[in-house]
Amino acid sequence: MIPSRFDYHRPDSVDGAVALLTKYGDEARAIAGGHSLIPMMKLRMAEVQHLVDLQGIDSMKGVSVAGGTVTIGAMMTQHELIANEALAKAAPIIREASLQIADPQVRYVGTIGGNLANGDPGNDMPGLMQCLDATYVLAGPDGTREVAARDFYEAAYFTARSDDEILVSVRFTAPKGGYAYEKQKRKIGDYATAAAAVLIEKDGATCAATSIAMTNLSDTPVWCEAAGAALVGSKLDKSAIDAAVAAMLPTIDPQEDNRGPVEFKKHVAGVMLRRAIERAASRA
Amino acid sequence: MNEMTPPKAERAEALKGLGTARKRVEDARFTQGKGNYVDDLKLPGMLFGDFVRSPYAHARVKSINADKAKAIPGVIAVLTADDLRPLNLHWMPTLAGDVQMVLADGKVLFQGQEVAFVVAEDRYIAADAVELVEVEYEELPVVVDPFKAQADDAPVLREDLAGKTEGAHGPRRHHNHIFTWEQGDKDATDAVLGSADVVAEEMVYYHRTHPCPLETCGCVASMDKVNGKLTVHGTFQAPHAVRTVASLISGIAEHNIRIISPDIGGGFGNKVGVYPGYICAIVASIVTGVPVKWVEDRMDNLMATAFARDYWMKGKIAATKDGKITGLWCHVTADHGAFDACADPTKFPAGFFNICTGSYDIPTAYLAVDGIYTNKAPGGVAYRCSFRVTEAAYFIERMIEVLAIELGMDAAELRAKNFIKKEQFPYQSALGWEYDSGDYHTAWDKALSAVGYTELRKEQAERVEAFKRGETRKLLGIGLCHFTEIVGAGPVKNCDILGLGMFDSCEIRIHPTGSAIARLGTISQGQGHATTFAQILASEIGISADDITIEEGDTDTAPYGLGTYGSRSTPVAGAATAMAGRKIRAKAQMIAAYLLEVHDNDVEWDIDRFMVKGAPERFKTMKEIAFASYNQAIPGLEPGLEAVSYYDPPNMTYPFGAYICVMEIDVDTGEHEIRQFYALDDCGTRINPMIIEGQVHGGATEGYAIAMGQELAYDDMGNVKTGTLMDFFIPTSWETPHYTTDHTVTPSPHHPIGAKGVGESPNVGSVPAFSNAVHDAFRPFGLKQAHMPHDHWRIWKIARDLGLHG
Repeated sequence: MIPSRFDYHRPDSVDGAVALLTKYGDEARAIAGGHSLIPMMKLRMAEVQHLVDLQGIDSMKGVSVAGGTVTIGAMMTQHELIANEALAKAAPIIREASLQIADPQVRYVGTIGGNLANGDPGNDMPGLMQCLDATYVLAGPDGTREVAARDFYEAAYFTARSDDEILVSVRFTAPKGGYAYEKQKRKIGDYATAAAAVLIEKDGATCAATSIAMTNLSDTPVWCEAAGAALVGSKLDKSAIDAAVAAMLPTIDPQEDNRGPVEFKKHVAGVMLRRAIERAASRA
Repeated sequence: MNEMTPPKAERAEALKGLGTARKRVEDARFTQGKGNYVDDLKLPGMLFGDFVRSPYAHARVKSINADKAKAIPGVIAVLTADDLRPLNLHWMPTLAGDVQMVLADGKVLFQGQEVAFVVAEDRYIAADAVELVEVEYEELPVVVDPFKAQADDAPVLREDLAGKTEGAHGPRRHHNHIFTWEQGDKDATDAVLGSADVVAEEMVYYHRTHPCPLETCGCVASMDKVNGKLTVHGTFQAPHAVRTVASLISGIAEHNIRIISPDIGGGFGNKVGVYPGYICAIVASIVTGVPVKWVEDRMDNLMATAFARDYWMKGKIAATKDGKITGLWCHVTADHGAFDACADPTKFPAGFFNICTGSYDIPTAYLAVDGIYTNKAPGGVAYRCSFRVTEAAYFIERMIEVLAIELGMDAAELRAKNFIKKEQFPYQSALGWEYDSGDYHTAWDKALSAVGYTELRKEQAERVEAFKRGETRKLLGIGLCHFTEIVGAGPVKNCDILGLGMFDSCEIRIHPTGSAIARLGTISQGQGHATTFAQILASEIGISADDITIEEGDTDTAPYGLGTYGSRSTPVAGAATAMAGRKIRAKAQMIAAYLLEVHDNDVEWDIDRFMVKGAPERFKTMKEIAFASYNQAIPGLEPGLEAVSYYDPPNMTYPFGAYICVMEIDVDTGEHEIRQFYALDDCGTRINPMIIEGQVHGGATEGYAIAMGQELAYDDMGNVKTGTLMDFFIPTSWETPHYTTDHTVTPSPHHPIGAKGVGESPNVGSVPAFSNAVHDAFRPFGLKQAHMPHDHWRIWKIARDLGLHG
């Protein structure tokens, strides 16, 4: 559990960080909170010669809520997200989900950017961002570009981000209506056995709009358009929720691991989604 | 003078003796991060060792090439079996009469096995070098299932034992068979089973897990070539035994070996055994002449140092129609891994598993245990229990439940009907033990009434109806357990480890100004010995516990003892402490009589002093006596006030308890919630109620982990699937249940102060309570047996298999 030798860099600007990533190419990795990368380095599963620490970059901090648009700096920690009242008001689902990530010690250090950019299917934020239809801002040697969260994830640890790019911020429209993040895990600190992020807008008693995303049930987060569609126009009654769960199940592809076999995970995915829909509907 | 003497109660309280909830004196340093653990030790010129470990569970080692590793600046040496062979240290004896490879000798037998030992100037260089040692393996067929290991065509694991039909514990009947251990009366038991009204039969598996102490195993070996003295600082639960074994193995005279156990961050049995890391560090220090440190990381600890449990227990229990148990039959298939490195008293290859008749008056019983080799790590230690007692308690407490189902009887009533009665003690069990004391019915009734058992059963029945009506998806389980332990190993006539008798010791010196130091052969790993042993002594010799230093763990200063495990410290060393204290008091009596100018028999003990009988104003306090003992010439007495006692217990002690767990279970997710956990312990005389409560909380939390998720899991290739704390379940404060503790007091009749030991009771008692709660929740739907650990998916699967998901 001791990493091999590496050089440590701590740039104070995004340009500086991009320059280091460009200079060292394959040998460099950006590090945010480090909760995924450092264990991989200690296990010597990640070979990193140059570690580019983003913690000194002030421009990657901060939250703004303006004109219905929420922008979050990638280096905001989970703890800072939880503590931010403006964010809790604009998008309370972020606080609800963040409180279910690991434990307070981890959340003091773990960042939203690291959680999003690493591409680990176990992370909670990617599914949440797909649910919110967020946009990621990536900075690279040729300037910045934007990628939709729903287009970002390709496979486990493979994303639309290239090695010399840094995820600097995320942006989304503040959601309306009800919300819920339901997560089953074996213990504090564990990844989800299954988790569901749900947003519901109602028009009277009728479901007007939804967004649904599932976590740790495939090699990427799964935004379930069909599951959401099954609810729209319904009274969010049992048959509509049954239909949403039925529409979700074919979109996930869980793998057996110590959390349990495939059949169990599918069952729990259905339970989490059902509970999330019910709770979101009650808040809408 | 009389009015100057404080009242008895005040003086007794000032001693902080037996029964006082005294704060732990150790905590001042532990809570400030000022403990001194082996990895804190830094000696001049110290080198670091690290292992190249096998990625395979079974493979031939074709070649080892360390050239690239040795080429790294700062790498001092890379040891292999070939380097240890000339010293005859490439294999070592185990505590169970087997031998174990120190470094891979031609083959590897489990994943994580030690293959080569890299010695470098710092641990970073050592870790780099480990990566560069090139080992060529040829994979061999793997067997991780102890039943498949017994097939005729099963792979031969221990080629070194080829042709050996006799093992340390009798005949071997197969190349992967280690021993068969039989107790009780087979024919009589078969006869009872054959003619019984009812026989319940079940296979009960207690899965493989690991003690996983917060601090892993490690040592610093330091050979002083000038004076020829070897000092080893290490995480040893039995420092003297390590010294003797090290002397026997290495040939270094025992007076030239000094073993020091510094602060130890939890042991739970994991630190009883002798590991290749110790041998390699010692050899490396002898070769290099400088100190060598070896400390495991978490993955090493879980993969390679001693596991616990892994018992497949097939049981049959016979009873009359109205629920009187008439016989018990048990066969255990014990998976010992690649080497038999169980830490048991030598004559007990399955430990004290023959306590498996539990708290019940079972007239006839038979037990057979077969030890089997598999491609898993060696071990089989007592994880916070006396030797295999946890397995035994789980077995009988499951069999009782299974019998209750068979009889259609309430499980609490069935227990009460079969408890050994108070007046039957001392009780001779069918499997060979003499239970010293007990009062099970009193404890049981108190427990049932404390939790409101009758109301709980009513609520459960209502819940089942509500569930059937579709009004809830949660079931209620009531987990019962009444356990009897056997601890305090033990009488030298039948308890030894590698020929070392399992007595223990205490040596006391009273200082002239009336304070004292006591040294013991045990070693605390968090039990609070420095607090509790001082309390025992305070009550015996009338000196405040605050004025008594307790010292353990340095073989150059402490008297010889067999260490701390199996709840033996209080039953054995605690007894030695009391007996040594009584020797002090006997001499003090003579001194007091002399000073008071009366006959020895004319003074009597009065809490902290001797007074003249009938004249309480004439007395000498222990402080005055201590000063006089050194500084006044007393005819016929040597100066000084010291005593030593080596205590060989006449019997084990038999703590018991009644635990009840009330659990809510979500049938859709397999999640659970512990609504209530009640733990009544009877550990005899209670030395420090606060420490007892802490022990119960800690042990019950380990039990909770084991029952509800903790396992050392292997895949078919012998890969460890739970090698990190991400997957190996250690509860956080969030998961840990709230506990209600309670007690009864049935003193041990043969222990000097009546104490029985408590450290392990909560692990022994809680596992069946948690597991039975899960079973009980599903009993109305037809569940008979489901193996632990009861993690989410396994509970979900119970519900699925019972058709509860619609």
